[in-house]
Order: sequence, then structure tokens, then C-alpha cells
Amino acid sequence: MKALLRIAWLPVLLLVLSGCIPNNPYRSEELGQNYLYSTFVEPPKHLDPAVSYSAGESVFTMQIYEPPLQYHYLERPYKLMPLTATRVPRPVYYGKDGQVLEGDPPAAEVVRAVYQVRIKPEILYQPHPCFARGKGGSYVYGGLQESQMEGIGDIEDFPHKDTRELVAADYVYQIKRLAHPKLHSPIFSTMAKYIVGLEEFGKKLSDELETIRAARQKAGGLLYNQESDERENPIWIDLDRFDLAGVRVIDRHTYEIVLQQKYPQFAYWLAMPFFAPMPREADRFFAQPPLVQRNLHLDNRPLGTGPYRLSTFLPHKEIVLVRNENFHPEYYPDTGEPQDRELGLLDDGGRRLPFVDKAIYKLEKESIPRWNKFLQGYYETSGIGTEVFDQVVQMDGEGELELSDTMRARNVRLMKAVRSSVFYFAFNMLDDEVGGYTEDKQKLRQALSIALNIEEWIQIFLNGRGLPAQDLLPPGIFGYQSGREGVNQQVYHWDEIAGKAKRKSIQVARQLLAEAGYPEGKDANGNPLVLYFDTYWTGAAAKARLDWLRKQFSRLDIDLQIRQTDYNRFRDKVQQGNFQILFWGWNADYPDPENFLFLLYGPNGKARHGGENVSNYENPEFDRLFVQVESMQNSDERLELLGRTMDIARRDAPWIWGYYPISFGLYHDWYANAKPMTMGNNALKYKKLDPQRREAQRRNWNEPIWWPVGLIIALFIAGSLPAVVAFWKREREVEAP
Amino acid sequence: MTAYIVRRLFYAIPILIGVNLLTFVLFFFVNTPDDMARAHLGIKRVSDEQIARWKQERDYHLPYFYNKKEGISFYERFAETIFWKKSVKFLLFQFGRSDDGRNIGDEISTRVGPSLAITVPSFVIGILVNITAAMILAFFRATYLDFWGVVLAVIMMSISVLFYVIGGQWMLGKVLRLVPVSGFDTGLYAVKFVALPVVIGVVGGIGTGVRLYRTFFLEEIGKDYIRTARAKGLPESLVLFKHALKNALIPILTGVVVTIPFLIMGSLILESFFAIPGMGSFTLEAIQRQDFAIVQAMVFLGSAVYVVGLLLTDISYTLVDPRIRFS
Repeated sequence: MKALLRIAWLPVLLLVLSGCIPNNPYRSEELGQNYLYSTFVEPPKHLDPAVSYSAGESVFTMQIYEPPLQYHYLERPYKLMPLTATRVPRPVYYGKDGQVLEGDPPAAEVVRAVYQVRIKPEILYQPHPCFARGKGGSYVYGGLQESQMEGIGDIEDFPHKDTRELVAADYVYQIKRLAHPKLHSPIFSTMAKYIVGLEEFGKKLSDELETIRAARQKAGGLLYNQESDERENPIWIDLDRFDLAGVRVIDRHTYEIVLQQKYPQFAYWLAMPFFAPMPREADRFFAQPPLVQRNLHLDNRPLGTGPYRLSTFLPHKEIVLVRNENFHPEYYPDTGEPQDRELGLLDDGGRRLPFVDKAIYKLEKESIPRWNKFLQGYYETSGIGTEVFDQVVQMDGEGELELSDTMRARNVRLMKAVRSSVFYFAFNMLDDEVGGYTEDKQKLRQALSIALNIEEWIQIFLNGRGLPAQDLLPPGIFGYQSGREGVNQQVYHWDEIAGKAKRKSIQVARQLLAEAGYPEGKDANGNPLVLYFDTYWTGAAAKARLDWLRKQFSRLDIDLQIRQTDYNRFRDKVQQGNFQILFWGWNADYPDPENFLFLLYGPNGKARHGGENVSNYENPEFDRLFVQVESMQNSDERLELLGRTMDIARRDAPWIWGYYPISFGLYHDWYANAKPMTMGNNALKYKKLDPQRREAQRRNWNEPIWWPVGLIIALFIAGSLPAVVAFWKREREVEAP
Repeated sequence: MTAYIVRRLFYAIPILIGVNLLTFVLFFFVNTPDDMARAHLGIKRVSDEQIARWKQERDYHLPYFYNKKEGISFYERFAETIFWKKSVKFLLFQFGRSDDGRNIGDEISTRVGPSLAITVPSFVIGILVNITAAMILAFFRATYLDFWGVVLAVIMMSISVLFYVIGGQWMLGKVLRLVPVSGFDTGLYAVKFVALPVVIGVVGGIGTGVRLYRTFFLEEIGKDYIRTARAKGLPESLVLFKHALKNALIPILTGVVVTIPFLIMGSLILESFFAIPGMGSFTLEAIQRQDFAIVQAMVFLGSAVYVVGLLLTDISYTLVDPRIRFS
């Protein structure tokens, strides 16, 4: 009992430590701080700018690395802006005789496109041990020994740190890293098609690596283990020893990239972390054995010039970004969309960035705890899970989705944005049954496109969070047409009275199916048409979706068979073109129609060429027009050609045009300057908090209720009393005689 | 006793080799090295050449069990295989590195703490609560208390642990606001985060535990020595708590001691829902990422602790039952 009394102060202490709110998941020293709290669902795999390619990773990388360009935070459609560059570079085109081609020359005439990027001077890197120099000018941690690692578990623990100015050579070094055979950059093969000499440069690096490895293998003999050897003695290839023909430093703050063809979309790549700077010192620093053995490398310890730097990387628990004390002057934009002023998004125009001191990201794999903590005020923002959708959103008189009264009472704001993504059902054009380009096959696919009611899918499975796709291009992408002009005439017709596109009737689909050679869903021999849908979906939600799909196809008397498999086998089938119909999606890399149209470009066929064209669609006329529009600048002519390209795709119907997802974001009232940004993702620096308001709201919402605990204890005691009495009675009965 | 323990440990070697082999076969039956490479590199714009190079750097380009390459020695025919490179070191308890380069041994040592912070209190409190409740039911056997107690136990064991998790988070975290809904922290701060998972761990196990232990107690109560004790005029409490308890502990030990080593393996569901960075979530993440090195290490560790658990159970028998001797 005494021991119990001795530790009875523990809960009291804990309450004090957590600011007297027992359900507060944060430490008392964080109370009232200008810290932003957010979540991540999956630990990031890569934070190296040459490798990282997922949206989840860009939440971190885009706050740390600074490519030369960025997207305007408020203006839509997305517009490129300088970040570290002094201006958005304009390509200079050269013809085959070396002459400069003015204006927007046809791609066929261009043999070289030169991008010269000038970066702003006096931009500094975050403090880092790789820059630390001793008295003689040599690097303090240049020849890192195990003895120097005493008490050092992470980069933050190094006692000496320094910085240096960002120079053009750092950008050139990073472009060289894209070709490094050990890094496996996902965009190497794409960039090798454009950047002069990158392919050969990659070959040179591969040869160098192979030579080193062969020598080590020979010296190591029979028991040689490459994996463990390269951990003990890491291979570092000095990329500056090799020249890359198409990329060079002009002066301290200027570099040049030469492309072997016209590629206007290249500027968008310059807004992605792949083209962020990487100091050679960092590459050398992280290749040292004590760091490699501790698994400390650029893939998990990024460094850059951005507004934030990584201070804690515990991917199984939390990731913390803190303000980069060396961040260069950058200011909040003072222009935006017309409604932005009314929404208060321009109130901070001209103020220096960033606003938040620290961003703490917690690993939350499950949606329910994540949602509950948002409601308690412990996270600033949230999406809306299907399980809570009806509590959060209701339909107004005009059929628009708006916040429920409960959410409004909490001053929660809702912001919607159509994402630059498209989800669709792809037909395999190589398949005998659903593929092919003859009229009957076109009609079969058109019939299925009409029968599959995407509007219903969006309502049932997405709670209305989607826009039915008329083709590949979502809103905000050049070429997207709303209203009558944008209607896919193969699937919809324009309803004059309702003023919107209306799906053609099932009778039209049946007629098309009959013309395709399957009257009432039967072939010439009277056999029912059986189609196969390949998927990796599992669970209750999948069953509902698959039942719905079967029902849609049965409206045409078509028997849809489901072939469920695990994700690996599914991917193999896609890779080999061994399927009939499947569900797929694409998130755009950049806001240009080329980044969507290439999903149907023949030479990008997945099965034959390993590209991103999953349906293996190959129409020479489409391909010809694609080549033409991909290299054009936005103009009326490009718009007209895009329309023609879309018409071909709509007629061939290699996809059942699915939907463009709409993201719904919820924001607490203390969280300012929040605007959905589906491109770039470097939005953290613009976000602003009111920590006092947040603290007050947290206290209002999280007043603990203790009486039920007392009640349970009282009930337990009361319920135990008869048992205790009965126990005593029995004991006495035994003792009595 | 030492000879017995050493002998048992030697018996464990073929078991561990078998588990290793089985894990290897099952894993590569579901995931090919190409799948693993794609899971690691992503699926957007990744070329076949990059996949081949990723495999080569991690020895996944080798044959599974037997290398038929010409001009290599007999030893290399077995040593230059994925199985040899990835599995043999486990017998020396060298877990090596995950496919993304993390030291698995270090990861385990980091994650064992949070797992134990939940499993040890849940285990200890759970045992005490279950034994106490089972003894009360046995004491009041064939009464309404016993009947409704068993009914309640059956109901509790029929409810999914997920219900307890979500219900607990909703009631204690959201409605009453007494504990954080999820999360984890170190040191003293961990207490408020582990409180709810521990309560759920205990409550979730009460149904099964109480019902099982009640049966053990009733079985003991029906034996001759208990009748003799009662005939001597001993009070019921003494009969139950002194004589029956000691003997009923033997079957309880069978189930309990074997689970003690498993405490370090954590809990998949609790750790996932409460965002606790323990061994359970480590295993789950590895399966999702198709990281063979971690999956194999965790299965190997699981089987090793199982062997240890069985050994501890045997040893504990001799401590509580003097009739049992090592042989």
C-alpha cells in the first residue's frame, strides 16, 4: 500500500506535464508554440531528390529542397514562378545549321533547345556538418573515422556545422546524379531521351562502377560479398570527373541545359525536386563508411536551401521539420484568384516566409484515430473519410455539398479542389475480344462506356467527390473544355434544359452492342458475351464495387467475370498485357496536356515498350497529332489540335472515361492561408497558425469527464458487496460447527 | 538441468532451419524479386534495367536454391543463391540489413521497448484479473453469479478486439477525453499513451482467460485432496486459495509461460491503431513493403522465442510440480 501511495503522484504529474488536458498527445513544452501538427500514413521510402517521386514524400522533400522554379501558390491554372532562379528560363531553339529559331518553331526543325538558368546570389544551405571546415580550410569531417563518431547517432549530433552559398555547379551535380547507377532515379530513362549526353554519361558511370566492383570481386575471392563490402567500404564516384555534354556551368550563378529536341514541358521538370541542387560536399560526406554503416544517407537525411530542414527522422513514429535559419528572403504572394481576397488568402501579401516555426508529422496509419484527433484540435487539417462523410458534409438546396452544422459550429472550413488526376477503366487494346480498331470493336467499347454509369459510381463509392471525365484532361489543364464544347459525344448528349451533359440511354448502348455483333449480349453462335475484369481489390468495399460493376454490365446482358489476384500478380498482368479490363489512374507530374495524352501514345505502350500506356492503345493518327501537340506552346492552334486528338480517342474508346477526383480538405479556424495545391506541394512555407486560438479551442473541446469513472468504481463496489457478504457467510458456516 | 536445456536447444536447430526454409518458400511463392524491386523503386517510369540493377545489388538476381552456372565450384553452387545469402546468417542471429539498408538488429532494439510497454502490463494485469475473476466464479460455482459471469465471459470472448479498440478510443479518448486517442512518447510521457492499449489488452483477454481458468479451478475442486481438505474442516477460502490455486496453476502455466517470450513481438492490431512504433507495426510494414529481410528476421525471431517459450514452460513445470523431473 505504501508503495502504491508513493507512486500516486504520477498521474497528477502527467496531467501537469500535459497542460492539464489528459488527452493531449503533445508535451507541455509544446503548448502555445508556433508548431504545425500533421500526419503521414506511410513512412517515406526516399527523400533523395534524385529518387523521390511520390506525393507522400514530396510533403517533406518540397519543403527542404529548392529546384529553380515553383508554382504560384494562389493563381490558377498553375503558373511557373522563379524560386531560386532569377526568372523562368525561356528556351532558345537552334536549327540544323546552328541558327537560332525565333518564336515557337515546329519540333521537326529544332535540333537543340537550350535552357539557361540564372540563380539568385547569396542563397545559403542549411547548417550541415558536410560544409564544416577547419583552420586550414580542409573539411572537418572529410575523412570521417569511427573514433570521431563517439556520441554521434544522427546528423544533428555533429558538433561542427557550417553552410555555403548555393552555386550553379550544385544544380549541375544533381543532374549528373540522375544518371548514377546506384541511385536508380525513376526519371533517368525519360530525361536520357532529352538531355544531350545523359545516356552516354550514365553508361560511363555504369562502366566505372562495374570496373570498381570487378576489381573488388577479384581481390575478395570466393567469399566476396558485394553487399557487405560496399557497406564497409562504400564506393563513391566523383561525378565531376566525368563530363556531361548537355549540362554545364556558365558562371558561378548560371548553368545551361541542352536538350536534343524541342520539349516545352521541360520547364515544369525544373519545378520538381529531381532538379534541386545537391552540393558535392554532401554526396562525398554521406559516402563515408561510418555514416553508411549507420544507414545515414541522403535518402533519409536530406539537405537543401529550402524554408525548412529535417531535424527528426523517425519514420516509424514522427518526422519533424524546423525552420531553416539560413533561408533566403522570400515573400507571400500578393496576387491570386478573384475569390482569394475575400477568403483572406491575400492578407499576408508581401510578408516574409515562412510563418510556422516547426512542422511535426505523426505516423497515423488508421483513419479513425486521425479523424478523432482532428476533431479534438490536435491536427490542423484533415481529409474526410468515407465512414464520417455524412457527419461532416450535407447537401444544400441546390445539390451542392457543404459543411454540416456540427462542423460549422466548430468554425471548420471546407475547401474543394479538382485534382490533376484521372481514374479510368482501361481496355486492353491487344486483347482479341475488347481490343482492336475495327468499327465493331469501337462500338463494343462505346456501348460499355455508356452502360457503366460513372455518375452513379461517384455518388456511391466517392460520396460525390469526383467529376465525370469526358476525356483525359481534368479542369485546370490546357485543353479542358467545360460545358457543351467539352462533352464526349460518344457517351453523353447535351441536355439543353438542364444545361449539362447527360449520359446516353441504355437503349443506345444496346443498339451499339448489337451493331458490334452482340445483339442482346450474344455472339453470332448465340453464346453469351463473357468479359473479364482483373483487379487486386479485396475486402468488403471491393465486393460492393465488383457487385456494382457486374450489375452495370448485366444491363447489356454481358456476363462480367472477376479475376481477383494479389497486387504483384495484377502488376505482372498489366506489364505483360494479359488482361481485358482493369481500373487504373494517373496523377499528373505537371499541368500540361502532354502529361495526360502520353498515356495513350502508342510508343508508350506498357506491354510492348514498358511505358505508361496501360491500355496499349496505338492509333497512328492519334500518335501523329500527339507528336505535334506535345511540343507546341499553348495557343488556339494547339487547342484545336487537342480537340481533334481527343475526338479520335473518344471514338476509339480505349478507356471507359472515369472521373477526376475532387479533394475535400477541412481546416480549423486557427490555420490560415490554406489553399489546396495539387502541384508542387511546397505549400508549408505559406501556412500560418494562431497558436493562442488553437490552445483556447483545444481546452474548450477537451474538458475531461471524470464522473463515469467514479460511477464505474462505485458500481463495481456495490456489485461486489453481495458477493463479499456471501463469502463471509460461507466462511462462517464452515467455522460454526 | 543444464544438459536438458542444452539438448533442447540443439533440438531447436532443425526447427529453426525448417522455419527459415518455409518462410523463404512462402515469401518467394507470393513475391518475386521483380515485385520486390518494383515495391522499392515505385512503378512510375521505372525501367527494366533499373529493376535488374536493384536485384543485382542485393543478390536477388541469383537462383533461389541451386546455381547451375558453368565454371563455378561445388560450394558456389549453393553459396551463390538467394537462400544461402539471405538465410544462413540467421542461424548465427545476424539479422543483417533490410532491403533499404536499415540495420534490422538496431531496428528491433528500438522497437522492442514500445512493444513491451504495452504487452508486459497487459500480460501481468491480465493474468491477475483473469485468475482472480476465475477463482471468484469457481468459489460461487453453480450460483447466479457464476452463471452470469460465464455468460459475460462468453460474450466478451465473442467480440472482436477491433471493437474494443475502436470503442475504447471513442469512449475514453473522444467522449470522456481521459487519454490520448493514439500516439506514443518516451519515458514518463509514455504512461498516458499506453494506458488505453493496456486496458483494451486486458479487457479483450478477460473473456477467454476467465472461462479457461475457471475450468481449471473447477477441475481441481472436484479432486480427492480437496474433498479431504474440506472434510478436515478447512474454510472454503483456504481450500480454494491455498490448495486448489497451487495445483490449478500447472495448466495455467502451460499457456502463460509459453507466451512470455512472445511479449517482445508486440501486437499487430493495437500498435497499428494506437500508432505505437513497436515490433508488430515493424512486421506489418515489412510485409506491406515486401521487405524480405525484415519479414524473414521477424519470423525467425518469432520461432526462436517460441522455442524458448516451450523450454521455459518445461522448466516452470519442475518448479511448481515436484513430481516432474528432467530426463
